[in-house]
Amino acid sequence: MLMAAAACGGSDDKAETGASASSDAGATKGGKVGLAYDIGGRGDQSFNDAAAVGLDKAKGEFGMEAKELEASPGETDAQKEERLRLLASGGFNPIVAVGFAYSGSVKKVAAEFPDVKFAIVDDADATGPNISNLVFAEEQGSYLVGAAAALKSQKGNVGFIGGVKVPLIQKFEAGYVAGAKAVKPDIKIQVKYLSEPPEFTGFNDPAKGKTTAQGMLDAGADVVYQAAGGSGGGVFEAVKGANAMAIGVDSDQALTADKAVSDVIITSMLKKVDVAVYDFLKNYTANSLKGGETRYDLKAGGVDFSTTGGKVDDIKSQLDEYKNKIISGEITVSQTP
Amino acid sequence: MSTFLDRVFGRVGLGGVMALVAPALAVVFAGLVTSVVLLIAGHQPVEAFTSLVEYGAQPRVLVLIVNLATTYFLSAVAVAVGFRMNLFNIGVDGQYRLAALVAAAVGGAALVPGPLNIVLVVLVAMLVGALWASIAAVLKVTRGVSEVISTIMLNAIATGLTGWLLTADRLGVLSGNAIGTPPIPGDAHMPGMALIPGTPMKINGFLVVAIIVGVAYAVLLNRTRFGFNLRATGRSEPAAVASGVNVKRMVVAAMVISGASAGLIGMPELLGSSFEYSLNFPTGLGFTGIAIALLGRNNAVGMAVGALLWGFLDSSSDALQLMDISKELVDIMKGVIVLSVIIAYELVHRYRVVAAQRKVSRELAAPAETEGAAA
Repeated sequence: MLMAAAACGGSDDKAETGASASSDAGATKGGKVGLAYDIGGRGDQSFNDAAAVGLDKAKGEFGMEAKELEASPGETDAQKEERLRLLASGGFNPIVAVGFAYSGSVKKVAAEFPDVKFAIVDDADATGPNISNLVFAEEQGSYLVGAAAALKSQKGNVGFIGGVKVPLIQKFEAGYVAGAKAVKPDIKIQVKYLSEPPEFTGFNDPAKGKTTAQGMLDAGADVVYQAAGGSGGGVFEAVKGANAMAIGVDSDQALTADKAVSDVIITSMLKKVDVAVYDFLKNYTANSLKGGETRYDLKAGGVDFSTTGGKVDDIKSQLDEYKNKIISGEITVSQTP
Repeated sequence: MSTFLDRVFGRVGLGGVMALVAPALAVVFAGLVTSVVLLIAGHQPVEAFTSLVEYGAQPRVLVLIVNLATTYFLSAVAVAVGFRMNLFNIGVDGQYRLAALVAAAVGGAALVPGPLNIVLVVLVAMLVGALWASIAAVLKVTRGVSEVISTIMLNAIATGLTGWLLTADRLGVLSGNAIGTPPIPGDAHMPGMALIPGTPMKINGFLVVAIIVGVAYAVLLNRTRFGFNLRATGRSEPAAVASGVNVKRMVVAAMVISGASAGLIGMPELLGSSFEYSLNFPTGLGFTGIAIALLGRNNAVGMAVGALLWGFLDSSSDALQLMDISKELVDIMKGVIVLSVIIAYELVHRYRVVAAQRKVSRELAAPAETEGAAA
């Protein structure tokens, strides 16, 4: 079956015409990547999108084919398992699961398909010989933007808006609060979450993000950090209206946010899910996958703060100092608030 | 005569062949609408449906469908008990989530060994569900608060309460980025059944419980005095009062039964699959139950068929995405099916009324004929 096509691989897939109509797993040079998103999928302007960026880059560079499947709200673990099984039994290899919600399902399905390589983003619990865990030190990056907020705030009052009150987002809060307090121990920090589990709408409710940010600004805050996914746009709008400052999350939002509001973003906490996904696919192609946990922290450059727009240039040396202290281990940042 | 709402909520049913024709027509109609949507989106409907059916017929997927349907059916029964009594229990969603969380915590504490723990978990879940539902019942009978309003609000309160309880210093245990109740020990897992050949995956043991619940529901409503009173109150409260039914007691009883059944909804997942209540616990099942109760006309068999259909549709979303078809197509299909079932029943009902009137007027017009000739 298509041995010849598989062997000479190299050509791009468009060149292979009718003769190779059936989809053979080995027909493409880099393999067929299966990507399972969490709720929201590609286009969520957040975390899933970051994974998509990494996938797109790898697709272009390594000539990989890809299928992307998306979760439905409220589904059971059995449905997540079936999604991974469908990909694995359909010849997709490697498979990337985006989000800790896939933890149990990846562990189970990876054991059933020992020859398929799996990666899971944001989870270190699902372990196995063929599982790569891509995890991030969100608290370290958040510490730096917390320090930036405290240094930039004139009123000594800053805010944090989390999308949903889950342990993952509480890591952002913990780092932010610690960073702000390191600069100014008596600083006032307002913390709000848009929704509580099992209600996950907080990641996709810009209107609520806007009113919540408005409330914080009215209560005296002049810098607001959002870790609220798709709700972040609303936060930026409110901040723009009050002529205050905002801090973005995940990607460099001074570049990606709506142009009408992007000038209020002084910096963003970068969580490089795209780099992690890209690295995984690159290692897969180069046959150098080790499996196990890869921790993307400040030291590895997996989290960072952005300087686009030059609004934190005046305090950059101070932030770099904190950064070096975290890298050297002089400062350890707690993961829980 | 029945009112339109009576018919929508299935308090009056169609007899005979028509009871089967109407939903079948509705599903065919939904298929046509979906085909049009597929064509507009540039896909081949026949190809899409064929591969969906092929996908759904795989042993592994059949197991998934039956397991999903078990949960959906329990939810539909919880809703249907209320519907028959003219009570719109929208709070099934909050009732099952709160019940599952508390039951999971009790089960995780392993207070009693082995299978006894299963019984304890199920009883706790039913009790919590019943208690949460009874708040709405008490508000209704003492203060006249509409259960529609109170149960919606109780859903929101249940969300807040479960969020508060599921934190590391209360019922939750943090592991990585996930948080959940302590896992229920292995000796208290509901055993699965390897009913479908060709796959190592097992049918959830709660299928048996769901069947028992379905039979109990049918017997309770159709073969007992309590069921008669419940249906009578649903059809006409004044008539029920006149015949000596204590309506307030019936309201409380119906809500408690509905809530206790709601408590069962989370059990197949909790005791058969996840063994903990975590951030991943399925949500929104109470609303799925409303759709299936409408679809199945509150009839146990009808709801079972509806639950299987929903299970098939829900499991097909990944297969659709593999064909580059948006998974939202599943939602379109579900919506169209529910709407067209209601419309089909209404049309058939009206047709029968008109047919009956014609028959009567024909008989009146020809009084001289003998009975045998008229037939």
